[in-house]
Amino acid sequence: MWTWFHKLASPPHAYRLASLLQPWLFWLATALMAMGAYGGLFVAPSDYQMGDAFRILYIHAPAAYMSMAIYVIMAVTSAIGMIWRIKLAFAISAASAPLGAWFTALALASGAIWGQPMWGTWWVWDARLTSELILLFLYFGYMGLRAAYDDPNQADRASGIIAIVGVINVPIIKFSVDWWNTLHQPATISKLDNPSITADMLWPLLVMIVAFNLFYGAVLMNRFRCEILNRERNARWLPELL
Amino acid sequence: MTPRRQRMIGLSVAFAGVVLAAVVAVQAFQENMLYFYSPTAIISNEAPQGRTLRLGGLVETGSVTRIPGELEVRFMVVDTENRIEVAYAGVLPDLFREGQGVIAIGELEGDGVFRANEVLAKHDENYMPPEVAEMLKEQGHPMGENATTPTPE
Repeated sequence: MWTWFHKLASPPHAYRLASLLQPWLFWLATALMAMGAYGGLFVAPSDYQMGDAFRILYIHAPAAYMSMAIYVIMAVTSAIGMIWRIKLAFAISAASAPLGAWFTALALASGAIWGQPMWGTWWVWDARLTSELILLFLYFGYMGLRAAYDDPNQADRASGIIAIVGVINVPIIKFSVDWWNTLHQPATISKLDNPSITADMLWPLLVMIVAFNLFYGAVLMNRFRCEILNRERNARWLPELL
Repeated sequence: MTPRRQRMIGLSVAFAGVVLAAVVAVQAFQENMLYFYSPTAIISNEAPQGRTLRLGGLVETGSVTRIPGELEVRFMVVDTENRIEVAYAGVLPDLFREGQGVIAIGELEGDGVFRANEVLAKHDENYMPPEVAEMLKEQGHPMGENATTPTPE
């Protein structure tokens, strides 16, 4: 069990594992995304108030969910990297950041497009929207700080602090709709006992959430390999492998 | 103490400090984080006076009146205890309906009428097809109250 973990921390093994996983993740993600899109666009019935406009939910909710999940992954991997001095944990964190930023941007954009006809405005400064925008800036800050260092080890330590400190924003985003009066509605599916959405509308959303996770995994594997190559460019195992 | 343990504790203490700071900051901002005030809060003078504010509540069923030939629409925004009349001239969002949650941005005039220059509709967390909404309505379920047939897009 522990040898398996130790192997994971070795760059050649991690590189090979990532190469092995990447195509599986990618094709599974593509298949599930097609299935979720079909279910969301054609199978799910129209909403009783919003008609077909609610269907943007199938992009918006998974993107928003990923934007928070990826930040938590970055914080956890940065903490692991700092405590156990595992460089590959930092590599996961660094490889995740642009993906998280894109999911955040997608969540904000799709929300604005929905908000314009439904709420009557593109944007309001309520707690949910504002905290999600702060998340986007945290991603920018993380990436900007990394770019400011030439040495990846220094970049890891400095940007890791942003990842760990900024993670406090994630529960604020999650619970902002419960703690304050917001224009954004409260959670729909994370009420485990009784989701406020009918089953035929719910399953495409769940499929989409799984698909977004797998897609993140697939792109992460590629970016992770690039990170390894960049960090290990002088290592002896590289010419042997390539 | 191993250096690894030391780093773990150091990081945990630093993180606990950040959490504490965030909790204190959020507590301090509590008032400003409120996106809107209820009619009761405004009537009992809890809301800031004499400046633009946001009023949030439900549109009272049967209270929406339009002046023929004019853009102006008047309706009552209610919470569980109080009601405030809102006057608004402009385009209402798609989700604006009687019984629906709305947020009106504007000022409370001397005559007790809230003159809005923007009205936003608030969506709830419930998603269901019209048939389910109709069924809930027939069964007298509170969630089915504002079931209306959606206008085709």
